[in-house]
Amino acid sequence: MASDAAPLTEGSPRRGALRSLSSLAWRHPRLKALGEISPPVAAFLLVYVAALVALFVSAFWSVDPFTSEIVRSWSLDNFRTLWDDPTYRTIALRTIGIASAVTVTCVLLAFPYAYFLVRVATPRLRVALLVLTLLPLWVSYLVRVYSWRLILNEDGALNWSLAKLALPQLHIAFTNWAMWLVYTYIWFPFMVLPVYAALEKIPYSLMEASADLGARGGTTLRRVILPLAVPGIAAGSIFTFSLTLGDYIAPTLVGGPSSQLIGNVVFANVGVANNVPFAAAFAMVPLGIMALYLALMKRLGAFDNL
Amino acid sequence: METRATRLGLSLWALLVIAFLWIPLLIMAVYAFNSSNVQSWPIPGFTTRWFAVAWHDEEVRAALGLSLRAGSAATAIALVLGSLAAFGLNRFRFFGQSAFSFLLVLPIALPGIITGMALNSFFVFWGIDLSLWTIVVGHATFCVVIVYNNVLARLRRTSGSFFEASADLGADGWQTFRYVTFPAVRTAIVAGALLAFALSFDEIVVTFFTAGSQNTLPLLIFGFIRQGQQLPVVNAIALAVILVTAIPVYVAQRLTSDIGAVARSGAAAEQSTQA
Repeated sequence: MASDAAPLTEGSPRRGALRSLSSLAWRHPRLKALGEISPPVAAFLLVYVAALVALFVSAFWSVDPFTSEIVRSWSLDNFRTLWDDPTYRTIALRTIGIASAVTVTCVLLAFPYAYFLVRVATPRLRVALLVLTLLPLWVSYLVRVYSWRLILNEDGALNWSLAKLALPQLHIAFTNWAMWLVYTYIWFPFMVLPVYAALEKIPYSLMEASADLGARGGTTLRRVILPLAVPGIAAGSIFTFSLTLGDYIAPTLVGGPSSQLIGNVVFANVGVANNVPFAAAFAMVPLGIMALYLALMKRLGAFDNL
Repeated sequence: METRATRLGLSLWALLVIAFLWIPLLIMAVYAFNSSNVQSWPIPGFTTRWFAVAWHDEEVRAALGLSLRAGSAATAIALVLGSLAAFGLNRFRFFGQSAFSFLLVLPIALPGIITGMALNSFFVFWGIDLSLWTIVVGHATFCVVIVYNNVLARLRRTSGSFFEASADLGADGWQTFRYVTFPAVRTAIVAGALLAFALSFDEIVVTFFTAGSQNTLPLLIFGFIRQGQQLPVVNAIALAVILVTAIPVYVAQRLTSDIGAVARSGAAAEQSTQA
């Protein structure tokens, strides 16, 4: 069809350079697509991929302790420190532990909620609740973390409410519990969407068939609904897990002296200690964990649900 | 099929989830009007004076200016690169195409610290001093995918027959773009731009690594909170930031729920031929 149109435009008297270029693109759509895609590809290769390479390379450099200049020679010292010093191992394990705990909590919170949206809520209520769930994602992330600091403080809203209910006071500000709570709060919407999408795709007839075959609610849930929701849960977990691995805001604002995560060690090494190579080496740790995690989630079908 | 008790339990659960999501934001909003310097609950009284204090603070103004400039520049870059990528990948399959679309998502799928640290190492490697432009580059990296997703989703919903019909009627490539393609994707591009701007305006994890000693608004707030300074002002800015980002997100949502000019006139045309 494109070739039918071409003679008309070529016969047109108002042909300029732009026009002939556009007809060329019209007649050779592949060439056009190639022209369109080259600038973003080039930009991403020259900046983002190059930056990842720079991260990898500088992880092997070091800093001269006297001049604090970066020494550009290859050495495994940073990685050796990370491996040998038990402090960093503890921090890495703590980070993975909190990321896992947050992911599990988000699944437990999100699954019944998404199920409610799909099976119980009326269409209008469903839309309203989805908006109410997603809107907080666009509310400043820093502000959301900070709001919990106000709530969890000794004289904050949490303890005030507990006192009103004649319950004992909680002292979770500046502890790992606070980080767990805050991460669950801020990443929760990332879990709801893919779980909701996965549950919505399950045909009603499957549940009816399950009931007809004599399965009770619990059996249908365990053997029909849950397996079909796994890809959605896996997709959501990529975000909850990954975002926790790379964060330094919550440990700084609501974490305590014993709640350092990989993120704020990297943060401190760039900001205060000025040891970019060591920070780069430590940032390779979440990169490696994510590579493993993504490979695992791919097997669970997460990528069809992102 | 669910029993009455199950439905009731699920409803209650949904109510708790919504309360969990919104109570902290409401509390934050109340604190913005706290008449006291002390951040305890409940607040002793209401005042609006912290908004005025924040507005006249030179440091806050400078940070706001930097955030606005970085956001606009990053959005402009993201608009060009994201739209081009969406147009290019819409109808054709390339060698390495899935690798490229994966690459576009990486800056937001990988932990923020990796993107931040990678860009920081990159600038250190080339001896580039951290400036407004390094922030712009960092923000553009993760804003591209927002525009790309919005425009690509719209292109996929727009039927290819419109472009063919345009060609059959004798339009050249430029005319087709001007009268058919662009009107179809216009609102998606605007929505992508608004969301990219909102994202940039809020971003902090990557920004720290590309900003050096400069302060964007989130970095300034972060500094204030860490040092326990100006907390009443922080509360006021926090509420203002919530409202300022809510506007572009709301507008963007309205724009994308719209099916688009071409799809709508197409449906009308279909109806008229049937009649």
